[in-house]
Amino acid sequence: MAEQQKEQTIDQVIVRFSGDSGDGMQLAGTIFSTISATAGNDICTFPDYPADIRAPQGVLTGVSGFQVHVGADKVYTPGDKCDVLIAMNPAALKTQHKYCKPTGAIIIDSDSFTAKDLEKAEFKTDDPIAELGITCEVVPCPITSMCQETLKDSGLDNKSIVRCKNMLALGLVCWLFDRDLAMAENMLRAKFAKKPEVAEANIKVLRAGYDMGHNTHASVSHVCSTQETPKAKGKYMDINGNKATAYGLIAAAEKAGMRLFLGSYPITPATDILHELAKHKSMGVVTMQAEDEIAGCASAVGAAYAGALACTSTSGPGICLKSEAINLAVITELPLVIIDVQRGGPSTGLPTKSEQTDLLQALYGRNGESPIPVIAATSPTNCFESAFLAAKIAVEHMTPVILLTDAFIANGSAAWKLPNLDDYPAITPNYVTADMQEGWSPYKRNPETLVRYWAVPGTPGFMHRIGGLEKSNATGAISNDPDNHHLMVEQRAQKVERIADTLPPLNVEGDEDAELLIVGFGGTYGHLHEAMQQMQSEGKKVAHAHLNIVNPLPRGTQETLARYKKVVVAEQNMGQLAGFLRMKTGATNIQQYNEVKGQPFSVATLVEQFTKMMEE
Amino acid sequence: MSEYKAQDYKFGQPRWCPGCGDHSFLSALHKAMSEIGVAPHETAVISGIGCSSRLPYYMNTYGFHTIHGRAAAIATGAKVANPNLTVWQVSGDGDGLAIGGNHFIHAVRRNIDLNMILLNNRIYGLTKGQYSPTSVRGFVSKSSPYGTVEDPFRPAELCFGARGNFFARCVATDLGAAVECLKAAAQHKGASVTEVLQNCVIFNNGTHESVYTKEGRAKNAIYLEHGKPMIFGENREYGLAQEGFGLKVVKLGENGITEKDILVHDAHCTDPTLHLKLALMEGPDFPIALGIIRDVEAPTYNDSVHAQIEEVKGKKNYHTFAELLETNETWEIK
Repeated sequence: MAEQQKEQTIDQVIVRFSGDSGDGMQLAGTIFSTISATAGNDICTFPDYPADIRAPQGVLTGVSGFQVHVGADKVYTPGDKCDVLIAMNPAALKTQHKYCKPTGAIIIDSDSFTAKDLEKAEFKTDDPIAELGITCEVVPCPITSMCQETLKDSGLDNKSIVRCKNMLALGLVCWLFDRDLAMAENMLRAKFAKKPEVAEANIKVLRAGYDMGHNTHASVSHVCSTQETPKAKGKYMDINGNKATAYGLIAAAEKAGMRLFLGSYPITPATDILHELAKHKSMGVVTMQAEDEIAGCASAVGAAYAGALACTSTSGPGICLKSEAINLAVITELPLVIIDVQRGGPSTGLPTKSEQTDLLQALYGRNGESPIPVIAATSPTNCFESAFLAAKIAVEHMTPVILLTDAFIANGSAAWKLPNLDDYPAITPNYVTADMQEGWSPYKRNPETLVRYWAVPGTPGFMHRIGGLEKSNATGAISNDPDNHHLMVEQRAQKVERIADTLPPLNVEGDEDAELLIVGFGGTYGHLHEAMQQMQSEGKKVAHAHLNIVNPLPRGTQETLARYKKVVVAEQNMGQLAGFLRMKTGATNIQQYNEVKGQPFSVATLVEQFTKMMEE
Repeated sequence: MSEYKAQDYKFGQPRWCPGCGDHSFLSALHKAMSEIGVAPHETAVISGIGCSSRLPYYMNTYGFHTIHGRAAAIATGAKVANPNLTVWQVSGDGDGLAIGGNHFIHAVRRNIDLNMILLNNRIYGLTKGQYSPTSVRGFVSKSSPYGTVEDPFRPAELCFGARGNFFARCVATDLGAAVECLKAAAQHKGASVTEVLQNCVIFNNGTHESVYTKEGRAKNAIYLEHGKPMIFGENREYGLAQEGFGLKVVKLGENGITEKDILVHDAHCTDPTLHLKLALMEGPDFPIALGIIRDVEAPTYNDSVHAQIEEVKGKKNYHTFAELLETNETWEIK
């Protein structure tokens, strides 16, 4: 090749696609991620989209972004800032340029920088680059006109033609990072299976973008591993957190031999769980789009009562509405999985943004003493394991379980090695058996686990009555007896506490003799892990303990916290886990790092903050 | 013949006030269930909150006393998850039509195969006497000392507004007729609403006075029977006839009126217009309609859900988790 000098090998790259919410940036980003994963790279994605479905074209509030981190080795986050930013219009440039590294490059669609476009994005001058003070390289590309030129003989109308411009940008990026287009073409053909002419137009533009890179001698980077076989052998797919959650529930239902029931009401960013499960009727999954959030949960409680593996999915505002029905499952000790895909709050808050602000709501947001196991998924792929575990605990311990995920891991995707269910533990519901009939009552418990035995309606000989009123531990009849109530309160709490006996103790990664222990929970795992790695590479002694299960706390939590001189709990709320840990463990060495911006943590900021804490 | 007796469905000692309509309704329900013949262990009775919602505790079936207003939604989940269960959902007027109004209309609209019982005493009893959404305008109660300034729901109107296919009405103390309504409700496939007119001796005594006694019903009520002319009165001297868009009461033998001029009840008529007119009749100009007012067949939600599952099972070629995984675009690292 003539341009040998422009070729280089890198071990990771971060690309961010941005444009109008109708520009197809999510599709371009998804395809780029998938073909990178197919090529053997690891990926971590971050779709960052606005709440408006279609804001007026070209305005600042309508910008949709998709960031992907492609690595030859394991990547844990979508990355703080990108190496290449695609900005399809001035609004995208204005809102997204801050996500580009100073050493990075911004590719703009030069056709969409007319005076009118600049005005829509509220620029005051006709030089947006100078106005924004952008110092990194900006590469103007006639993306729209190239797209029009490519499809001028296609017979499509101009609107349909221009809609393909995201593929021009994608083609160009594929050239830059030496991606094979075959997989992209397959994906487009599958996506537009019912409109083959649209598929072919998109493919044509994709190739034109690729050729444009070639013809302009744009430099090429190969993302290659510096280590040997970074990934385990086997079959992989690309999966986001919501889909992984749905898959975890399906897997658990199969393992338990139960019918899966989801009662749900559409809410961002949790709706995709309903969408996903609604597809899989061939596996016997029942999904019900209820009349409201309350009925979503109430129908699931009814389904649980009738013997199903019952689930309800929602986000913050919905979890508030479900509280009363969740509590009914607490007192009747019925299995129920409640999925809260956390978003920005309070109230309607930031529907498409990510936070960890529902932790205390999950732990305590109900009247009375209402203990519930709380699981917090740590990554898109961990949503599968976490949903499976939530279902296993619910069914085996006769309790509602709250599974916290968040918008970041729910929408973010990663390469996932297809699991083999044979490798997963059995799920054994605590059913009554015919020989228990003599002297049975609804709150008769396994003396070790304190789990009550489950007589599903339809079982002969076990007719009984349960309900929201406190019951006698001995007979199951309504009881106002003070001592009985105290006993029931204790037993419900103990039952949840004893679940920790069945789970692994708290795991600590990093240095044994760390001077600082970083503690987090849920979806921040990747950022905290990367921060630890970076600090270690700078020669600092740090460790990281991450809670996948917040309640009951893993065994060893108290001892672990006590072992380190300095502990920082980093979370995307104002200190909910920190407060919970102080209360539960009595730890006095906990410092906090809190950030509630609706955006993922920045690893660079974490490293800076943690380093400062170590030096204090 | 059913192998069960009313006794087989009885459990415990009811703790309602003496004279409460719930007692007589409970007896009617026990008797109806024994005649329907669904085994106690295949029967689930699900209620909300309120005096009448204590009912599951007096049933030797599976019983679930839930939370205020949500009985219809919980019963929906139970029926959809396990269609083999016969599910009765019991609510009062506050539970069913105020806090639970949304679930009531949607359960009816979806046509879930539930036997929905609405015990209507037009008062909140358990909280000691506040007006309910079925209390008449001007009703004086602890929370409306100067009388309410709002119009009540008429349950039948809500039911038909939600496209209900079954509506029956009985008086709690009218055992035979109540049993017939409950049996018809159970036989109807889909959401059936049975409104039970019920007295609250403590907080709303006499609310359904005109039809609460046998004598009162003879004067002030009409028992509707499918296929029979709508004749009523102490001496069966009156009938209902159509006039323009409405109904009118006519006297047999007067102005040449004979039985041929009297409307014949058609509970199975798809068009609910006349059913609504019948259900909304009230004194003193009209008799109060009792019996099965509407009973029309329609596809049920629970049947349709499971039929769709079977249909898709036949069409799609993945039925296990391992097969589901293979439907995705995958790649292999060797």
